[in-house]
Amino acid sequence: MDILAHLLPAGIAAHASVLLVVIPLILAPIAALMPSGRIAWAISLLAAILVALLALVLLGEVSQDGVVSYHLGGWAPPLGIEYRVDALNIPILLLVGFVGLLCTIYALPSVADEIEPGKQPMFYSAFLVCFTGLLGVTITGDAFNVFVFLEITSLSTYTLVAMGGGKDRRALTASYNYLILGTIGATFFVIGVGFLYMATGTLNMVDIARVLAENGHTRVTEAAFAFIVVGLGLKAAMFPLHVWLPNAYAFAPNFVTAFLASTATKVAFYILIRFLFSIFHPDVSFVAASFTWIFAVLGTVGMIVASAQAIFQTDPRRLLAYSSVAQVGYMMLGLGMGTKAGLSAGLLHLMNHAMMKGALFMALGAFALKFGVRSISSLNGLGRTMPVAASAFTIAGLSLVGVPLTVGFTSKWYLILAALDRDWWWAVAALIGSSLLALVYVGRMLMAIWMEAPPAHHGKAVAKTRAPWAVVMPMSILALANVYFFFNADPLVHLANAAAEAVMGGR
Amino acid sequence: MLDILLERFNYIPIILLMMTGLYVVFATGNLVKRLVGLSLFQTSVFLLYITMAKVFGGQPPIIAEAHGEDHAVAAAGHGAAAAEAVLYSNPLPHVLILTAIVVGVATLAVGLALVVRIREAYGSIEDDALNTADYSRDTGAAG
Repeated sequence: MDILAHLLPAGIAAHASVLLVVIPLILAPIAALMPSGRIAWAISLLAAILVALLALVLLGEVSQDGVVSYHLGGWAPPLGIEYRVDALNIPILLLVGFVGLLCTIYALPSVADEIEPGKQPMFYSAFLVCFTGLLGVTITGDAFNVFVFLEITSLSTYTLVAMGGGKDRRALTASYNYLILGTIGATFFVIGVGFLYMATGTLNMVDIARVLAENGHTRVTEAAFAFIVVGLGLKAAMFPLHVWLPNAYAFAPNFVTAFLASTATKVAFYILIRFLFSIFHPDVSFVAASFTWIFAVLGTVGMIVASAQAIFQTDPRRLLAYSSVAQVGYMMLGLGMGTKAGLSAGLLHLMNHAMMKGALFMALGAFALKFGVRSISSLNGLGRTMPVAASAFTIAGLSLVGVPLTVGFTSKWYLILAALDRDWWWAVAALIGSSLLALVYVGRMLMAIWMEAPPAHHGKAVAKTRAPWAVVMPMSILALANVYFFFNADPLVHLANAAAEAVMGGR
Repeated sequence: MLDILLERFNYIPIILLMMTGLYVVFATGNLVKRLVGLSLFQTSVFLLYITMAKVFGGQPPIIAEAHGEDHAVAAAGHGAAAAEAVLYSNPLPHVLILTAIVVGVATLAVGLALVVRIREAYGSIEDDALNTADYSRDTGAAG
């Protein structure tokens, strides 16, 4: 870990927290001015590499010092804005940084295929803005700053989703509905922050937590809690606030779906954890009640209902989108247990799910690049035509079900252990039931890929083909990560445990 | 009951505006009108922040003399805790809302741009017409 902290010269490392956000933000307008998509892509790649590097440096610093606090403009908190990296958000930063990097590599052929050449520089610019927002939400220690970064992310996401409109006009209505619901969510969040500010007179998260602990809770902070949970729940696509998600994922460009599915809802879920555990305390009675009666219950219902809905989808991307809603249910259940083991299992599932869904959507993108995927039947026989992409899809799909030898098993195992710890037998039953439903919907796609006859052209089977290296490389890395982190689960489990420890203390 | 309401008279119009906006968003099928409702909803939140900044008898938070120590105190976020005897209103919520206004304008702009594109692609901006256009022939289940 010492090596990580010294990757960069001390002068730069001291500003790593702010550079993480500023670099993609500054490169975004530069990318927009570039004459061709390729150059804009190179700029995005540069930003993504630097961000991943800075995230590693911050990991090194956090493991040395515990908390890295950066005062923007030299104004000391709680007056100034603070960027704060601790054990809870470092895994999320690493996740966004590395998945962002892999997705950016993947973008080159995918975007060239789906977006008009003249719009590509602007597209990459919007992506960089979205990337900035996600990192900002994760790193900031200021409650209002969270709102600003959330909206930076959301506004660019609406545009990115709408860019699928060239292929399928339903992307436009999907993006519009996302905009309406996303804005309502953000506004609810900002009402909640306003109430918190009324009650505490401060916006710094640590300071809010301190004042709340000293002064206790009133009706105002309870209202703030409700508004914040609903607002962030909309952003994180928590069941039943997920209605915007399936269409947005199904009709966005493939690269956007892969990126959003593995980062955006994760970051929203992280900030929810931050508010629930670091600002409101899980010992407070109404927070504890919300864990048992809202998060655990809705998480369980979502896990079953969304998985059942996924079974009846015909479009593979819509199917996986419903599956994403179900996976958020697992995380909600983990959080709702209100124990350290539960939160840690939820966070572990959050990281693992990013790897599974990233690989799955990338593989679907690889299929779409060569054959165009509109329904499950268009996956027929691709196991023989595109073996590499089909294998990656299979590994990640099995991981989604939770088959042993994949990370999906690891996180479901920890979730079940945490549920048993609390004697929640119904939760164990729901976890297993939902995994069986996942087996059905993943099985449907795998059957089509491996069992059916390959696509034919004039009666002759289409020759074997391969997606470009820029697709194969990130897709394979993510798929292999699904297996690697099963055998070597310690680093991720350690990160998740440290995160849960940081917000829940010794309990 | 009346006392409670009168003490909090500033919140009444805010709540009315907020609920009107939210109702318009859900009730109308017209995409532009829905954006109007959304803007109303957001704007009512700006008012919420601005009224919370008001300190009764408070001066505008502008320090005429040299700034130094007072500067930090006046910005301390507790309007009532301002420097000696002079009571200032709290300037921070106004600054926050400036940011939120920018966000609101950007949201409206992106929303209207989307409506323009939807109108080009579908020839309508009515929700029902859009659903019929998409899902009467399609096999996928409607969202």
